[in-house]
Amino acid sequence: MATETPKTVLTAPIFKNNPIALQVLGVCSALAVTTSMQIALVMTLAVIFVTAFANLSVSLIRNHIPSSIRIIVQMTIIASLVIVVDQVLKAFAYDISRQLSVFVGLIITNCIVMGRAEAYAMKNGPGMSFLDGIGNGLGYGMVLMVVGFFRELFGSGSLFGLQILNLSKDGGWYVANGLMLLPPSAFFIIGLMIWAIRSWDPKQVEHDEFKIQANTKPREVL
Amino acid sequence: MSKSNDTIKKTFTVAFILCLVCSVIVSGAAVALKDRQQANQELDRRSNILLAAGLIEPGEGTPEKVEELFEQINVRVVDLRTGELTDDVDPGTYEQLRAASDPQTSQQLQEDPAGIRRLENYGLVYLVGDVDDPDRIILPVRGAGLWSTLYGFLALEGDANTIAGLGFYDHGETPGLGGEVDNPNWKAQWPGKKVYNQGSLDPQLGLSKNPGQEHEVDALSGATLTSRGVTNLLQFWTSEKGYGSFLAKFRQGV
Repeated sequence: MATETPKTVLTAPIFKNNPIALQVLGVCSALAVTTSMQIALVMTLAVIFVTAFANLSVSLIRNHIPSSIRIIVQMTIIASLVIVVDQVLKAFAYDISRQLSVFVGLIITNCIVMGRAEAYAMKNGPGMSFLDGIGNGLGYGMVLMVVGFFRELFGSGSLFGLQILNLSKDGGWYVANGLMLLPPSAFFIIGLMIWAIRSWDPKQVEHDEFKIQANTKPREVL
Repeated sequence: MSKSNDTIKKTFTVAFILCLVCSVIVSGAAVALKDRQQANQELDRRSNILLAAGLIEPGEGTPEKVEELFEQINVRVVDLRTGELTDDVDPGTYEQLRAASDPQTSQQLQEDPAGIRRLENYGLVYLVGDVDDPDRIILPVRGAGLWSTLYGFLALEGDANTIAGLGFYDHGETPGLGGEVDNPNWKAQWPGKKVYNQGSLDPQLGLSKNPGQEHEVDALSGATLTSRGVTNLLQFWTSEKGYGSFLAKFRQGV
């Protein structure tokens, strides 16, 4: 990425350099908060807020951060932002904050936030870092929303809580797929998404770091 | 400039200023939003009482409706040592959980099946309808599960023996296993079960692998310890140590 414009910084992380699909970061929370789109949306907004402002703050003071404590400085900033988000959710969206439970707190450990602060904000100006934070939050959110769309539609027959498919338990025709509400289904969907994105953009395909040999007999190894 | 960043003095200065700024932001947010959060928690507690009593359905607890329905409920205080209603403490301001941790207002438990360590002298009770002849009696219950203390409400019919509902509003049990105490299908088994045998003060209710018709419901599969904890806490609070003597007054033939 030699030529960076505000536009590419903002949009590249959504498809070309997606934090979940290409870098495979932040998968844990993507499994947990995607059972319904509403929760996924709130989580997305929370992560966008945290990555954007963490990047902005780190970038603002990047010339003064002693390198020996730079990780802990980033963590302190991120943790403070996450607590603020958690407090705001508890005050204004109590039900959702209960459903998100620990996962708001776990934004602190989301590798995307930390990764962007360390990899981008430490080297770039505040404006660009802020945009980069929003962009990566959007990239994370894009995956979350797509996964949430499939999981909620096929798991509960609804989108944003609105019933789309009539469930058989309420006398409709659609038998809800319980697997969709369990974490493994998010793995499948994310896996398929990564496959789709990499087929569309083959540059993202990673090359093997080593080649697996054909089967060897134990004696040959010794 | 970047070189001077690594001196000890600069390191401490940056760390100190950063911590100061962050703590101001965090505590500022906490203080500014405290009122709203407490209002939310209170609303949540009230809607859980109404849910346990079966007065509202899940998801329809708008603030106005909860407020309005809660008007019907008489909050009273029971002296848990005697089982009598008392006016010694004001039910509007009494905080049962705080009282339980204060040596002045609670006692250490010798036998402690529910795993709560200290039992408060006074317990709240929520009565729907007439205080002397209530339609529903709602008791706060709590006790240790596997990982956490479960906090909930047990609602009984006016005969103080038939269960009207059970709900937990706070716990930290394993999601999908012990956390299934929140599953509506599981909770739906409770209404109609009896707490006691006719004429007895010993609670019989509980969770079992082979539930008996009258008193027991299905245990939670994969969550033996949570199931045991729920049984213990329910039996404790409906025994004479808990609200048993108070409930006995509403029952016939005890």
